[in-house]
Amino acid sequence: MEQKALYDYLLLLGDNSAILGQRLGELCGHGPELETDIALTNVSLDLFGQVRNYFQYAAKVAGEDATEDSIAMLRLEHEYKNSLLVEQPNRDFAYVICRQFLFDTYHQLLLNELVNSKNDQIAAIAKKSIKEVDYHYDISSTWMQRLGDGTEESNKRLQDALDFLWRYSMELFKPTDTEIIMAEMGVGPDLETLRPVYLERVKDIFLKSNVIAKEDAIFQYGGKTGTHTEYLGYILAEFQYMQRAYPNMQW
Amino acid sequence: MEVASPEIEEILRSVSDPEIPVLSIMDMGIVRKVEQEGERYKIDITPTYSGCPAMDTIGDDIKAAFKQEGLEAEINLVLSPAWTTDWITERGKAALEKYGIAAPREKSVDKAALLGEKNQLECPRCGSKDTKMVSRFGSTACKALFQCNDCHEPFDYFKCLK
Ligand SMILES: [Zn+2]
Repeated sequence: MEQKALYDYLLLLGDNSAILGQRLGELCGHGPELETDIALTNVSLDLFGQVRNYFQYAAKVAGEDATEDSIAMLRLEHEYKNSLLVEQPNRDFAYVICRQFLFDTYHQLLLNELVNSKNDQIAAIAKKSIKEVDYHYDISSTWMQRLGDGTEESNKRLQDALDFLWRYSMELFKPTDTEIIMAEMGVGPDLETLRPVYLERVKDIFLKSNVIAKEDAIFQYGGKTGTHTEYLGYILAEFQYMQRAYPNMQW
Repeated sequence: MEVASPEIEEILRSVSDPEIPVLSIMDMGIVRKVEQEGERYKIDITPTYSGCPAMDTIGDDIKAAFKQEGLEAEINLVLSPAWTTDWITERGKAALEKYGIAAPREKSVDKAALLGEKNQLECPRCGSKDTKMVSRFGSTACKALFQCNDCHEPFDYFKCLK
């Protein structure tokens, strides 16, 4: 029972990074300019490195024939536990930055708690990851301000992106049964307690970026329990293609 | 770092980062522990960045270097304590500079450069202090891209990670 909860928790942690990493990877060679292209794909690389750490551990917990690749690539859509936010498409650069900022702020708060996890391996992964995620936050929070405080057009696009993405932000703080068990065991944080700090931080940056989060947003939930938006299937079709076409292939 | 013997240290010193060939893995500070069990050596290495694609290659290169000496190496990737640029030795930093990569400074330097403040680093080619950051990510995750305003050459800076 505890092993099953731990396994599910590692998927919850890893899937957000895997799906966001894949979304950012789509920008490789297609970023709006060279520097941002390199920056975003390097963020993607960091995220995939973190995913490997989580899934190598998950494979040990699962035992039998599980490997990091089978966990990453061979699950069905409803078995992925990423939040709805990270699977949203790269409509334009403002969407990419806004999605990244909403996630990075959460990710940084989460990892700051996980470094004190009673699970040593999770604490070690968090200590490694937090240094990288601090950098991700630097990039996305400063780009929020550059876009929001830039031209009329860039501000409008950022506001459009926030209007669309904000509804997916609160799912990050609604604990699943697994996250409740992990919080009780001292492995993960009580997500509800992170919500007020999150709201304070993002609203400070929204203010500096001249954008406003909708007060009457109808928040969407479901990704963490396997009910995804239509976008995830398309991501997985590309993400899983090689392992499905050539089972057990290695680079 | 305690190494079993000078011979073993020599073998490890011959292995370098595939992306920065002048930097031995010993000077990079990623070899954390070596334990001998008969003819077999258990070697703990720690990644620089979680997603660093060089880690798998480095592991294979260590095994190959041991094999060439008729020894067997087993690689274990350890995450904790997390690697920091403080573990790059003075010899390593000198090798980086000579190769044209500015060695990591203090965290305050990185912060100032990120905020667009100029004159934070000396150009590794001409020594001028008149330099600026072009991009916070360079050719790899561990580096940022700078440019010298005097000789106009771009150069990589090995970012401070603490
Ligand atoms: Zn110069």
